[in-house]
Amino acid sequence: MAVIKAHGSLLSTATQRVLACLYEKEVEFQFVPVNMGAGEHKSENYLSLNPFGQVPAFEEGDFNLFESRAITQYIANEYTEKGTQLLLPGSNKTMAALQLWKEVEALQFDPASSKLAWELFYKPFFGLTTDTSVAEENEAKLAKVLDVYETRLAKSKYLACDYFTLADLHHLPNIQCLLGTPAKKLFDSRPLVSAWVADITARPAWSKVLAMQKK
Amino acid sequence: MTIKLYGAAMSTCTARVLACLHETGAEFELVPVNLLNGEHKQPAFLAKNPFGQIPALEDGDLTLFESRSMSTYVAEKFKGSGGDLLRAQNLKEAALVKTWMEVESQQFSPAISPIFYQFYIVPMQGGSPNQAIIDENSEKLGKVLDVYEKKLGSTKYLAGDFYSLADLHHLSYIYYLMKTPSAKLINERPHVKAWWEDISSRPAFEKVASGLILGEK
Repeated sequence: MAVIKAHGSLLSTATQRVLACLYEKEVEFQFVPVNMGAGEHKSENYLSLNPFGQVPAFEEGDFNLFESRAITQYIANEYTEKGTQLLLPGSNKTMAALQLWKEVEALQFDPASSKLAWELFYKPFFGLTTDTSVAEENEAKLAKVLDVYETRLAKSKYLACDYFTLADLHHLPNIQCLLGTPAKKLFDSRPLVSAWVADITARPAWSKVLAMQKK
Repeated sequence: MTIKLYGAAMSTCTARVLACLHETGAEFELVPVNLLNGEHKQPAFLAKNPFGQIPALEDGDLTLFESRSMSTYVAEKFKGSGGDLLRAQNLKEAALVKTWMEVESQQFSPAISPIFYQFYIVPMQGGSPNQAIIDENSEKLGKVLDVYEKKLGSTKYLAGDFYSLADLHHLSYIYYLMKTPSAKLINERPHVKAWWEDISSRPAFEKVASGLILGEK
């Protein structure tokens, strides 16, 4: 069995996305910290794992991947019989629902929530000043996305179907970030979204990712 | 049962799905959505795509939005006919295709979209392209294309020596880029240029290209 290595930073939402998936699938792995402050992610060594010089990167023996959502998809497919079932097996139509809500996370939720997380969480953390107009603009965008989610969650318990899948998992890092900021109100003010957030952030696998940050 | 694709032939994201439909030989009907009349923001269309964007797709009782989930669905459903754009039979190849699909979505698209917007959409709205935005994003796109240049020096296509959905997803945006001064970003990189010439000369894409008429008078 080839050793799995997840390279990244515990501060990085994209790295956390992969770690959440590894814990859900109960797959053994080694976490290899990348010292971004020292520019390690731009070193030649690391660029051979991720040519864009970003975290995370993934190795399983001599097989190498990057892009967090490609990594989670590979893990969910390769270890389909272990841990939580994160896929939506079935007909092409059934699988398409999962694909769709993963796209929504990546293309609608992530841009607004990432920019908001940068302004409200990371900038203060690094001692920089929040740009309130950027924050307001992205809050408004995120609110519209969450309105769509509120309607969707009236039809199914989780985004793609009635059980937790990769589509929900992919949201965890940005949601967790924003829960520690005033943007929390965007989730709290929408009852179904609020219940879904409470549910997915309470998952034991996600708690393990959070525990890594506390060490 | 024929697939219905709701959108506009000249729109980059609709063209992404059209390229896949033609490549797989799937039967479909293109149902025009009148963007100028705001049809995409009306309840009937919002019922298909709650984000009020084109394209949307219907296949019997399945409704999809987000162009890349649509192309993935089409590629999976019709994988026999035109070869497998997703390489589903080999999990590692499939993972590499997915990686480069993510690259297109997360690295390439955010850099090229603002350039496309300035050259094509802003003039339609009566404005002039903002050179600062074009320059800033050209620099970002250049860095992404440097990674492509290196990769395409070792494999014929992005995910490997086989054409896949990862390559296809780039077609419509690069097609429009090539008609602007920013075409040099592609032309200056020999492997990228050769790859572009290869993928854009596929018969399936030539059918889509004839509809990409934005900016033409």
